[in-house]
Amino acid sequence: MKKKPLDRLNKLIIFGLLTVFAVVSLLPLYWVFSTSLQLSSYQSQDMERPVSYVDSNPPKMYPMGIPLYLKHWGEAREAAKAGDAEEEAYHRDMMDHIVSNSFGSFKTLFKKHDVGKWFFNSIYIAVVVTIGILLIDSMAGYVLAKKNFPGRNLIFWIIISTMMIPGQVTLVPLFIMVGNLGLMDTHWALILPDLSMVFGVFLMRQFMYSIPDELLEAAKMDGASEWRTYWTVVLPLARPGLAALGIFTFMNVWNSFLWPIIVLNTAELYTLPVGLKTLQDANLASFKLLMSGAAVAAIPMIIVFILFQRYFVKGLTLGGVKE
Amino acid sequence: MTQIPMGAVPKKKKEKLKVVGKSNRSPKKVLHEMKRNYSAYLFLLPKLILFTLFVAIPVVWAFVLSFQKYKIFGSEFVGFENYIKVFESEAFRIALKNTLLFTVVTVPFGVISALVLSALIFELGKLSQSLFRSAFYLPTVTSMVIIAMVWRWMYNYDFGLFNYVLGWFGVGPVNWLGQSSTALWALIIMQCLIPFGVGIIMYLASMGSISQSLYEAARMDGASRFKQWIHITIPLLKPTTLYLVLLSTIGSFQVFTQIIMMTGGGPGSATETLVHLIYKTGFRDFEFGLAGAQSVVLFVIILIFSVIQFRVLRHDE
Repeated sequence: MKKKPLDRLNKLIIFGLLTVFAVVSLLPLYWVFSTSLQLSSYQSQDMERPVSYVDSNPPKMYPMGIPLYLKHWGEAREAAKAGDAEEEAYHRDMMDHIVSNSFGSFKTLFKKHDVGKWFFNSIYIAVVVTIGILLIDSMAGYVLAKKNFPGRNLIFWIIISTMMIPGQVTLVPLFIMVGNLGLMDTHWALILPDLSMVFGVFLMRQFMYSIPDELLEAAKMDGASEWRTYWTVVLPLARPGLAALGIFTFMNVWNSFLWPIIVLNTAELYTLPVGLKTLQDANLASFKLLMSGAAVAAIPMIIVFILFQRYFVKGLTLGGVKE
Repeated sequence: MTQIPMGAVPKKKKEKLKVVGKSNRSPKKVLHEMKRNYSAYLFLLPKLILFTLFVAIPVVWAFVLSFQKYKIFGSEFVGFENYIKVFESEAFRIALKNTLLFTVVTVPFGVISALVLSALIFELGKLSQSLFRSAFYLPTVTSMVIIAMVWRWMYNYDFGLFNYVLGWFGVGPVNWLGQSSTALWALIIMQCLIPFGVGIIMYLASMGSISQSLYEAARMDGASRFKQWIHITIPLLKPTTLYLVLLSTIGSFQVFTQIIMMTGGGPGSATETLVHLIYKTGFRDFEFGLAGAQSVVLFVIILIFSVIQFRVLRHDE
């Protein structure tokens, strides 16, 4: 049965209200991108000094490069029509300047700072951890759900009971442990503790229950080894669960901050969030540069979100996940 | 980074777990069972090793550490000294007060606004539903580091967006993050304006699973839409609400990234929070024992809160 449809006016009001809230919620992200592309130096013929639109009062709500580029483009065309080559060249120059200035901070980030390296570090650590977690946790989840062996419940409850303990509790011992293992200021210091997160075991175990026992029996009948059964029967069937777990793992690792700032000291090894913090702390960077760095860090997650949206929803409703 | 199981999930667990259990208890049989299932242990091995090294040992160690004065060669036990220090210190009291204020304002605001927003979204068609869901969830997938950076920019005294907007109303400019009287509230406002995306998605999912016949019946009785919402929707969403309140309380007690990125706990200690204090104690002053005691206290506080909330919200079921 369908619920009674609201009348049109009500629907419009709700839509309008939600749009206002959505704009408020997306404004900070918009502001990151807008500031990162804002024109930081512009001087037309009638101006005495170059102006920066990054810190102008009132603030410019969109990158000023866009209207100014269009203006010069139009004037260049008019000059060309009138046959004024000098004037046209001037406007063409201005257009080039606007483009290079607008995107300039991105170039600076990659050239003068280590952002390229940080980006690479973040990507590869997130990928390594995600693949590792998917493999390790699906193996554990599979046997915890489908095998009947002594100690099964004990192991499961010990693992799960630590989920209630906030990560900060183990910060100091983990720090000492990582130091004792000689991993301080290496990427292993991030990867190994991340691979030990227990949430995936819980999620995978829940998911593995839904795999019919008959399929596993059938594989056994065919003489498949345990590993083969897991690899060719279990994993393909668990794909939706793996997708959800993979995305949340990637997101958690990509955004993780507290632990990395504790164990990483070498600029070359930084992940993006850590690098951004040092960039901000250095106090030399303009807001345009900082926002460009923020944009570089935000874009991959936005892409992942757009591509895998439905798995986000699935992952959240399958078992709560919080960053 | 904390993840806790959702209230609705463990449905199956109880029945399934009973399958294993009692019967074969004799050591010989157990050993035989273990041998027969050796491959299961091999499957578990990688996780067990990692878990032992980087979760189990550190958890136990955290408690031990809190009773010690840590030295690289031979720590000594000092009894409750660290805990006494924690409770006597002004810094801890301030951090606790700030964290509590932050939690008490942002958690109810976040959950209630998620409830209202999802109720509004639920009234719309499929396409607009997923559109708005994404719009409210997108800021959640963005790193808090980024969000903190841009808010710091928007709170900027000279060129920030907020002081400009306040200017329209002839107010300000306000030195948002620079003075003790406003800094904590600036962080609270910021938290309130970041949509609780997880909450919205979970409320929408739960609302979708409420049977329409209930509303049908209510309509027969002439209940208004608002009344239906109050008397049917909200009570049935209670497990989700409980879960979300727990989740965001735990998260809120751990507030850290905004603090270190935007105020560093200052000015003075106006925005000092528990986790930031633990961070400072442990990794700036290297007082491991004290930091250990602080984190155990944080854990206990979170636990107490969780139990209370669980009791209160479960109450009349």
